[in-house]
Amino acid sequence: MATAVATAGHDSHAEGHGEHVHYTSTGLENRKIAVWAFIGSECMLFASLISTYLIYKGRSRVGPWPHEWGCKTSAAVAKTRELLQGCSPADVMKPILDIPVTSQSTFVLLMSSLAMVLALAAVETKGTPLPAGAGWWDRCLASSKFWLMATAVMGATFLGYQSYEFTSFVHEGLTIKTNLFGSSFFTLTGFHGAHVTAGVLWLLTLFAIDVKRGLKGKTDVLLVDICALYWHFVDVVWIAIFTLIYLIQ
Amino acid sequence: MATTAAPAPGQTPTAGGSYAAGEQTGIWSWLATVDHKRIGTLYLWTALSFFIVGGIEAFIIRLQLMRPNGQVVSAEVYNQLFTMHGTTMVFLVIMPLSAAFFNYLIPLQIGARDVAFPRLNAFSYWVYLFGGVFMTIPIFFGAAPNGGWFGYAPLTTMQFSGGLNIDFWVIGLQILGISSLAAAFNFITTIINMRAPGMTLMRMPIFTWMSFIVQFLLILAFPAITIALVFLQFDRFFGTQFYEIAAGADPLLWQHLFWVFGHPEVYILILPAFGLASEILPTFSKKPLFGYNVMVYSGIMIGFLGFGVWAHHMFAVGMGATADTIFSMATMLIGIPTGVKIFNWIATMWGGQIRFTVAMKFAIALVALFTIGGISGVMHSSPPTDLQQTDTYFIVAHFHYVLFGGSIMGIMGGIYFYYPKMTGRYMSEKIGNWHFWLFFIGMNLTFFPMHFSGMLGMPRRIYSYDVGQGWETFNFQSTIGVMIQGLGLILFVYNFLKSKKTGAVAPGDAWGAGTLEWSIPSPPPEYNFAQLPVVTSRYPLWDLKHPEMTAGLAHSGPDAMTVTDSHATPMHEETEYKNAADLGIPMPFPTIKPLFTALFLVLMFSGLLFIHLDLFPVALTIMIGCAAAFVGSLYGWLTSPLE
Repeated sequence: MATAVATAGHDSHAEGHGEHVHYTSTGLENRKIAVWAFIGSECMLFASLISTYLIYKGRSRVGPWPHEWGCKTSAAVAKTRELLQGCSPADVMKPILDIPVTSQSTFVLLMSSLAMVLALAAVETKGTPLPAGAGWWDRCLASSKFWLMATAVMGATFLGYQSYEFTSFVHEGLTIKTNLFGSSFFTLTGFHGAHVTAGVLWLLTLFAIDVKRGLKGKTDVLLVDICALYWHFVDVVWIAIFTLIYLIQ
Repeated sequence: MATTAAPAPGQTPTAGGSYAAGEQTGIWSWLATVDHKRIGTLYLWTALSFFIVGGIEAFIIRLQLMRPNGQVVSAEVYNQLFTMHGTTMVFLVIMPLSAAFFNYLIPLQIGARDVAFPRLNAFSYWVYLFGGVFMTIPIFFGAAPNGGWFGYAPLTTMQFSGGLNIDFWVIGLQILGISSLAAAFNFITTIINMRAPGMTLMRMPIFTWMSFIVQFLLILAFPAITIALVFLQFDRFFGTQFYEIAAGADPLLWQHLFWVFGHPEVYILILPAFGLASEILPTFSKKPLFGYNVMVYSGIMIGFLGFGVWAHHMFAVGMGATADTIFSMATMLIGIPTGVKIFNWIATMWGGQIRFTVAMKFAIALVALFTIGGISGVMHSSPPTDLQQTDTYFIVAHFHYVLFGGSIMGIMGGIYFYYPKMTGRYMSEKIGNWHFWLFFIGMNLTFFPMHFSGMLGMPRRIYSYDVGQGWETFNFQSTIGVMIQGLGLILFVYNFLKSKKTGAVAPGDAWGAGTLEWSIPSPPPEYNFAQLPVVTSRYPLWDLKHPEMTAGLAHSGPDAMTVTDSHATPMHEETEYKNAADLGIPMPFPTIKPLFTALFLVLMFSGLLFIHLDLFPVALTIMIGCAAAFVGSLYGWLTSPLE
């Protein structure tokens, strides 16, 4: 699906033909409409994944569980450690979701949306002279390369946190095969992670273009704009996932 | 199949003279084409080829059921036959036949020179072709999918369906979904953004309107089945537990996800045919469509309600009174906009100067036969009635009346109607008449008795039945009906092939119709419109040629005539073929990159099969290799200029 958007993203009439502008009914560029349609479709994709997760919440026959304490040798489940009866300390499974750690990665991902906005603004205002006496910070703020790379790095940081989370879950005994929670959790967050990965690659491609020839002008603004739309969408989906899967017990 | 379509339409001498000078011919020109008309033609040829495949499957099924205790095929082969018949007809025939018309007609009807993303369009076609071949090939090895077109899990999990059969189905559908989604984004953008000056939304031809609605159904419904298929793939290949009942999984999860897609899919199949009928009926009644606005709104209503009725496929699973009631009421509601359409078509014909061409007969047959299918549909919207009918031949009768009597009849009408536009020649009306009557009689003889055998309790999907249950006569009639349809199909194929060379030459306005596609030569030049027409009403060509016919319709004033593009002029008819370069119209370069991108995508998916052949390293090599090749061809595609 990332394919569809990527191809749509570049299949424009106007690209490289600044002098020949095609008539469009709305005055908008085709690619922008296509990306919105794509995002609409993606909403249904994540809606299906999230509903499945919620339907299967609490239906797993064996642990580990997201928010509850469990026992490797019995079917006992409890909300707190104290309530867990008759389980030797070696067999205790603690709640697997680590909300403080994931809150950090959530913060990083949400901040990347800010960086994305600044990247787009930097491309839009490129060519405007900086105010007199502009310092390091002003130059940074106006640098599309800086903000594109910053967005990509924050996305990559989120992915780093996710791989740490996945690995530690596997060490604690939760894999995609363990129980319904494992299957639906890894599939849902994995799908989101794949979307972030596609976004990071997209951002790095834009960064490479920016380094090579400099992103500038109306067509390039659109190029960054559609990537930004996608990136914000991926962020918004994470807000839904973080709230529904991590925060609500 | 691509090669069978190789003769370029431009090679036949036409009334308009020689074809555009820059037009290329030969196989290469078809492999590398990004022209929406050629892609539409490829869709048409490919889907008709699959129609023959699906028809042969149906024929063998009917031979097996002709007599009690039939011995034509084994139970296992029978399972594969009914699975592939359903899958083929839904995903490889009706959807792509509709796509053929989307491709060919939407840009012509809205006054555009191509779709929004011509290369993405080529990509959609190639993914469809390779995906279709991928699903059909295992028939020859006796390993075709055998779990029904609905593929209910947990029946289709490894525990109950080992072997590669279901793998082909689940991977094949995933591939076809990519094709449909990519095409839908393309057409949504095309319709929103590429209408000619003055072509407001409420002036668009109804076919374009219905297609527009269908694209939204596609992008919103396909993700649900995509996810259902992902779960099934993960269960089968990676050991997840989505459909593992022992692990606590919900046995209805698949059914819900499948029908959330599956019911909108029904409207994806029928709305384009409705659109075609709405073009044919006014033309041959010499009257504007009755109640255009209501037609549009009822189409939107159908699309909207179509998302709220999916569980009427599941009344028999015991969802409880509340759910049954809600879905039953929603299902009854959806009969209203559909009924409105039927009455509007009848009112369109009422008092018109009707010409009974073959296309018109097919369109009228759609109105009649879809009504029968619609009425039996309203019957099983009531859960108590449905419990008697579920999984019997009554249901088979119902959905063949809507899909064959509705979709196929409408599409056949569309083929006879638009053939002169596509080729510059008419199909033979004489053979066409035989084709129509054989189809009409054969269709009713096949499917009407199924109502009775179903009421008498004959279950679907059984490969044989015993004597003495009162089903013999009805089954025998059904089989004879299929033979009659087969004769009709042979005549159609003959007519379709022969008329390309020897049919009567057709002018640009082949039938005296009123919409934009008829204001340009047949077949249309590669650039479609030398000058984009400025549209001021719903039937611009009738405004020009028969103003008395559209006197009662709204027309915009001169203010809306403002020409916003240097190529646009007031509404006019074009009869000459010119060269795009001479006209200064930039045309997209032909490119084979979308084909390779599609090929590597399909090969990448097929690598999964080797996991179940216990060749994990091979699977990994194929998938990584093809993924790299896919990214490479995608990069090549995106970095080369379009025009």
